[in-house]
Amino acid sequence: MIFNRVLKDKIAGKTMLFLTILACSSLLLIFAGLIFKSLPVIEKSSFSELLFSSKWHPLKGEFGMLPFISSTLWVTGVSIIIAVPLCILSAIYLSEYAHKRILQLIFPIIDILAGIPSVIFGVWGLILIVPIFGYSILSGGIVLAVMIVPVVIHVMIEVIKTVPSELRDASLSLGATKWQTIKFVVVKKALPGIIAGIVLGLSRAFGETMAVLMVVGNVVKIPHSVMDAGYPLPALIANNYGEMMSIPMYDSALMLSALILFIIIVVFNVFSRLILIRIERNVGYNS
Amino acid sequence: MEQSSHIKVKDLNVYYGQNHVLKNINIEIPNNQITAIIGPSGCGKTTLLKCFNRLIESVDGVRVTGEVLVGGENIYDPKAEVTHIRKKMGLLSQRPFPLPMSIYDNIAYGPKIHGERNKKELDRIVEHYLKEASLWEEVKDRLKTPAGSLSIGQQQRLCLARGLAVEPDIILGDEPTSALDPQSSRHIEQKFIELKEKYSIVFVTHILRQAKRIADYLIFIHMGEIIECGPTKEILENPKEKKTQDYVLGIIS
Amino acid sequence: MDKRKIEESIFKVLMIISAITIIVSLGLILGSILYKGLPSLSWEMISQTPKGGYYLGKEGGILNAIVGSVLLAFGATILAAIISFPIVIFINVYNRQNRWLANIIRLTFDILWGIPSIVYGAFGFTIMIFFGIKTSLLAGIVIVSLVVLPVIARAIDEVIKMIPQGLFDASYALGATRLETSLKVIARQASPGILTALLIAFGRAIGDAAAVLFTAGYTDYIPTSIFQSVATLPLAIFFQLGTPFPEVQARGYASALILTLVILVISIVARLLTRKYKKFKI
Ligand SMILES: Nc1ncnc2c1ncn2[C@@H]1O[C@H](COP(=O)(O)OP(=O)(O)O)[C@@H](O)[C@H]1O
Ligand SMILES: [Mg+2]
Repeated sequence: MIFNRVLKDKIAGKTMLFLTILACSSLLLIFAGLIFKSLPVIEKSSFSELLFSSKWHPLKGEFGMLPFISSTLWVTGVSIIIAVPLCILSAIYLSEYAHKRILQLIFPIIDILAGIPSVIFGVWGLILIVPIFGYSILSGGIVLAVMIVPVVIHVMIEVIKTVPSELRDASLSLGATKWQTIKFVVVKKALPGIIAGIVLGLSRAFGETMAVLMVVGNVVKIPHSVMDAGYPLPALIANNYGEMMSIPMYDSALMLSALILFIIIVVFNVFSRLILIRIERNVGYNS
Repeated sequence: MEQSSHIKVKDLNVYYGQNHVLKNINIEIPNNQITAIIGPSGCGKTTLLKCFNRLIESVDGVRVTGEVLVGGENIYDPKAEVTHIRKKMGLLSQRPFPLPMSIYDNIAYGPKIHGERNKKELDRIVEHYLKEASLWEEVKDRLKTPAGSLSIGQQQRLCLARGLAVEPDIILGDEPTSALDPQSSRHIEQKFIELKEKYSIVFVTHILRQAKRIADYLIFIHMGEIIECGPTKEILENPKEKKTQDYVLGIIS
Repeated sequence: MDKRKIEESIFKVLMIISAITIIVSLGLILGSILYKGLPSLSWEMISQTPKGGYYLGKEGGILNAIVGSVLLAFGATILAAIISFPIVIFINVYNRQNRWLANIIRLTFDILWGIPSIVYGAFGFTIMIFFGIKTSLLAGIVIVSLVVLPVIARAIDEVIKMIPQGLFDASYALGATRLETSLKVIARQASPGILTALLIAFGRAIGDAAAVLFTAGYTDYIPTSIFQSVATLPLAIFFQLGTPFPEVQARGYASALILTLVILVISIVARLLTRKYKKFKI
C-alpha cells in the first residue's frame, strides 16, 4: 500500500520530467526543422542574396526577401511608435491621476479587449482605416498598434500598481511634485515591467499575420514611406504556403522566412531578458 | 526666527469616507523637542502624522477640515503651495523605502528636485548628511550601488539622511523603528536625541518604553481623540485621565 | 507658475489625450463591427451550414465554422492543459529547489509564446506533408494546442508560484506524497486560476487563424470524426471578406460580429468565475 503510493509518486515524477524535457526541446525541434527545410534554398543562393536582394521571382528561382523583411520592420516599427507613447501616457494617467472608479471601470474593458482575436482587428482596419489611408504600411501599423494597446496597457497598469504607495510618499515628503515623483520614482521603479510590456507588444505585432495581411496591400516591393503598400513575412507565408508545391525551392524559401521570424523572436526575447536583469540589478530591487 | 511652535493644529477633523477618524484635534508641537504620539493601534496616529505634511491627500476618499499651521502658515489653505511645505519636514516611514536609485542619488534627489545642480555642492551635501545619519563610514566606498542593497537598518538611516538633505525644520517618523532589529532601533533613537538640538521631532510609536526613553512630550490618542498631552514624565507618572492610566498600565493596547 | 508646474500640465494634457484616443479607438472597433455586422446577422447564419452557392450570395449560414471552431478550440485547450499541468507541477512541486531549471523552462515558454502562430502553422504543415497527413480537425487541434500551450502553462505557473510554502509543508506533514499534494491540495488551491487560464486559452484558440490555415483545412460540413477537415470562424470571416460579392462580404462582417460576441462572452464568464472563486480562497 505504501509502496504503491510512493511508486505512483515516482512514476508521476518521471512522466513530468519527460514532458518538461519534451516541451523544452520543442523549441530546438522547431528550430532544427525550420533549418532543415530551409537548407536547400540557402545552399542554392547565398545568404546575402536571400536577405538583401529585392528580386523575388520564385518561378525564376530568385528569392530575394528584402521587400518582406523591410515591410515587416516598417509595420512593426510604425505600430510601436504609435502604441508605446500612447500606452505609457495612458497607463500613468489611469493609475496615478484618474479617479479610482474610472480605472475600475476601464481596466476590465481593456482586459476583455486584449482577448479579441486579430482577425477582428483586421476587419476593423478594412472598415475604418483602409478607406482613409489605403492599403499601406500605415494602415497595417495602426491596426497593429490598436491590437497591442490593450495587452501593453494591461501589463503597464499592473506594474505601476505594484509600486508601493510609501515610495511615492517618500518622494512627495521631500517636496517633489506629483509629476516629479512619477517621472523619477514611479516610472523608474516600474521600468522593468514597462519594458516587459513593450517587449510583449513588440513580439505580438512582429508575428501578427491575419490582421496585417488584410490591410497592408501585399505588394512585393520595398516600401519607401508609410503610405506605400508592403508585404510582411507572415503574410507572405500565409498567402503562398498552401500552393507552393509546384515551384521548386519555393517551400524552402517560405520556410526560410519562417526561420527568420523564429530567430528574431528568440534573439529578441533573450536580449530583452538580459536587459531586464541588468536594469533590475541597477535599480536595486529589494522590496 | 520662530517664536511660536513649528506645528500648531486647530480643530482638525479627518474622515475616510463616512469614517470619522480624527475628531477635533487641537494641539501644539513644542519646538526642538521629541514628541511621541502614542495610542492603541487604529486610533489615528498615522493619520495625524500624515496631516502634518498633507500626505493624507494622496489617500483616496479622504476629507480634512480645520487648520494645521506650520511656521504660522495654514497648510490647508487652498492657496498654500504643498511642495514647499513638505520640504520643511522629513519623513521616516514604518519600513524604510529607499528610492529606486543609488545611495548617492537617494540623498541628492531632494536637493536636485529643489534646483541644486552643482556637482561639487551635491557631493558635499551627500557626504554631510550621510555623516549626520552616521552612515558615511559604512557606505562611502559604494555610493553608486543601489540603495536596496543596504541592510534594513542602514536603509532607515539612509532615509533619515535623505530627509535631512532638504534642510527641514521638522522630522516626522511613523513607527520608524518597528521594522528594525534592536541595535538599529537604538541607533535611530540615539540619532533622534542628537538631532533634537536642530530639529523638532514628532514620531509615532506603539512601544511605550521607547516613548519613555526618548520623548520629551507625549500625545495620547484614543479612538481619534486626543485624550491627554503633556511632558512625558507627567503623563506617565500621574495621568489625569482614566483611559491614559489604563493605557500606561497596559490595559488598553 | 513655475516650470515644473507647466511641464506637469503639458504632460497631463498629453496623458488625457492618449487615454481618450485609446478608449475611442477601442470603442470604434466594437462600434464598427456591430454597425457593419448587425444588418446581415440572422438566425439562419448561425443555424445552418452553407448551401450550394453560399459564397455567391445564396442561402446558408456558418454553423460549420462555429461548430468547427468550438470543437477545435476545446480540443486544443484540453490537450494543452494535459501537457502543461504536469510541467508546471514539476517545476513548482517536484523540482522546487531547482530555480535554474524552472527559469529555463519559463524562458522557453515565454519564447514559445512569442513565436508567431503562422510559424507553428507552416511548421505543422511541413510535418504533415512529410508524413502524408491530410488537413484535419486533429491536426488543427495539435498545432493550436502548441500555440496555447505557453499561455496556459505560464498562467497556471503564475498562480501556483504564489502558493505559500506553508501549504506544501502542511500537506507533507500529514504524510502526503508530492503527487497527492499536487493533485489534492495545490490543484484545488489553484483551481480558480487554472479555470481562468483555460478560458483565456480557449479564447486565444478560437480566434487564431494563422495556425489553422494550413492544418485544419476548410469544409462546408460539420465534421463527423476528428480525421476530417473542419471550418473555423476566423477563416470563414477571412474567406467571405475576400469574395467580390457585397452580400457575402456583409456576411463576413456578421461572422466577425459572431466571433467577437463569442469572445466577449468567454471573457466575461472568465471574469465572473474568478470573482466568484476568489471568495473561497484562503
Ligand atoms: N486609507 C484608508 N481608508 C479608510 N480607512 C482608513 C485608511 N487608513 C486608515 N484608515 C482607518 O483609520 C483609522 C486610523 O488609522 P491609522 O491612522 O492608520 O491608525 P494607527 O496609525 O494609529 O494605527 C483606522 O480605523 C483605520 O482603519
Ligand atoms: Mg499606523
